[in-house]
Parts: sequence; structure tokens; C-alpha cells
Amino acid sequence: MKFKINIFLKKGVLDPEGKAIENALLNNGYNKVNNVRVGKTISLNIKSDIKSDALEQVTLMCKEMLVNNVIEDFEIVPSEEDK
Amino acid sequence: MRVTIITFPGSNCDRDVSVAIKKITGKNPSNIWHQENEVPNCDLIILPGGFSYGDYLRCGAVAAHSPVMKEVKNHAARGGAVLGICNGFQILLEAKLLEGALIRNSGLKFVCKQVALKINKQINSPFLHHFKQNDIIHLPIAHNEGNYFADSETLKKIEDKGLVALRYHTSSDGNSFNPNGSINNIAAILSDNGKVLGMMPHPERYVDNELGGLDGFEFLKSTLEQLS
Repeated sequence: MKFKINIFLKKGVLDPEGKAIENALLNNGYNKVNNVRVGKTISLNIKSDIKSDALEQVTLMCKEMLVNNVIEDFEIVPSEEDK
Repeated sequence: MRVTIITFPGSNCDRDVSVAIKKITGKNPSNIWHQENEVPNCDLIILPGGFSYGDYLRCGAVAAHSPVMKEVKNHAARGGAVLGICNGFQILLEAKLLEGALIRNSGLKFVCKQVALKINKQINSPFLHHFKQNDIIHLPIAHNEGNYFADSETLKKIEDKGLVALRYHTSSDGNSFNPNGSINNIAAILSDNGKVLGMMPHPERYVDNELGGLDGFEFLKSTLEQLS
């Protein structure tokens, strides 16, 4: 089963990259833009057809390694490519 | 005095630390590769600076899951001393041996300069034994992710317990205050028992006057004396 994991810095954690992009957008006339945040996406495949098992594994790897819960939030999205 | 230095793929201060330790003790430290499952019996483990795993995922995140880290955690759990410098500090945080996180410098730039640091000596620690409260030392920093962050609850706990070891300090020669946006100007923190220290500044780079100063030499020498 394929998954995508979206990882963003928590609200309140400085996101200088998002800030720099937001300023550049504003400077280019996109004057309605705000709250630009930059995150990352990890896509992966779990060699299992049992969705609950696969999801449990992905959640565990997020908590143990892929995400730092001090500064980051995450969401797990079953990937469209799997359908 | 037995010191073990761990090299991860991408570590680049491991040799500098070895040279500094040899200069102080007259003996070669043990250098081991991160794939080792055993750490030689020693008084101090040092995680050196560098760019372990090219800073992939997050700085120190992949290294924190290296095979050798299980033994580093066991060593710390037995009350052994561990020093993480720069990327080593990032690894200690990712390994949950210290609390908080290091994020991108607030100024978006890699900062490489000498900084003044104020000693905060509130708990017993072999790393601080030699110093008095509010002593000022000078060491170099060189990092892109040295902006210490912790949520308000964790920060309060760290401050209440006196676990901040070093803070950035404005010195008379004009070195800028807080080079990276660290919360409460934090440059180094200790574990509850004072035996695990993570620090962004590089003491191993100031072990010779020709290279800028001797404050790193004093810092490491006094630590090693306490631990032997």
C-alpha cells in the first residue's frame, strides 16, 4: 500500500523559508497572500494489503523517526497512485 | 581517562576532537564507526560536529537511529558522560537524550564566528565544575540549524531545573548577541543528572592560541579532569 506523509512545522515554530517565500510573493504583487508554510512530503510503500496494519506501521515510523514531534505535525494520506 | 569519539557518515570534526583530546591527555582516544554495536568502556563519549547523513530528514535525525546510539543511550542511562558538539548536539536531541530541538537559524544564514558565552552553573556537572556562575568564555560557532527551540512547558522545566549550561552573551568586542534566534539565548543544555551536554559552540577548535584561543582547551581539560 502506498502512502504520502505530509510534514509541516508546528504553528508557532519559526518557518523562515515560508516567511521568505511569503515576502517574495507579496513583493510580486500577490498582496492577498499570508500564512505561507513550507513542509515536506515523504511517499512510501508498505508491503502489505491490510490497510490497518500498514497504517499502523506508517504511524509508528512517523512517531519514532520521520517526524520530530517537538517542532513538526504530520498527516498520513493513503496515496492515490494505489487505486 | 578514556574517551570514545563516534564517527557518523558526514561527521567532519571527529579528527579535530581527537587532536584536542590527544593534546590534553597525551593519549589517543578511541574512534569508532557508527555501525558498531559496542562502545569501549570509557569515561566520556563525544559525538562530534559535521553533517551526518548530509542533514537528510532533519539534522541528526538519521544518525540518532544508528546502531551505536543504543550503546550511547545505555552509557548515559548508567550515568556515563556524553558530550555532543554542534551536529552532535542535534543528534542528542533527536535521540531524546536531551529535550527540545534545533531549527534553522532565524537569520536564514549559516553563521560562522566567534561568540561570547556566559556560563550558567546551577547544577553539578563535570562540564561546568571548573567555572563560576556568569563566567564568560569565547568559542567559535559554525552552523545553519542552531536555533534552540522548546515548547513553553519544556522550556520552563529546563530553566527551573537549571539545565541551561551556556547562553550567548554580548561581549565588549562587539560580538553580536544571539546569533541564531535561540530561545532564551540558549547555546548549550544539560541532562537532569548533568552528565549529558549538548552544545552548539566548538571547544575543539579553540585549543591553540594560533587558532583563536584556549577557552576550548580549558573547557575540555577541566571536563576530562573531573571525569577521570
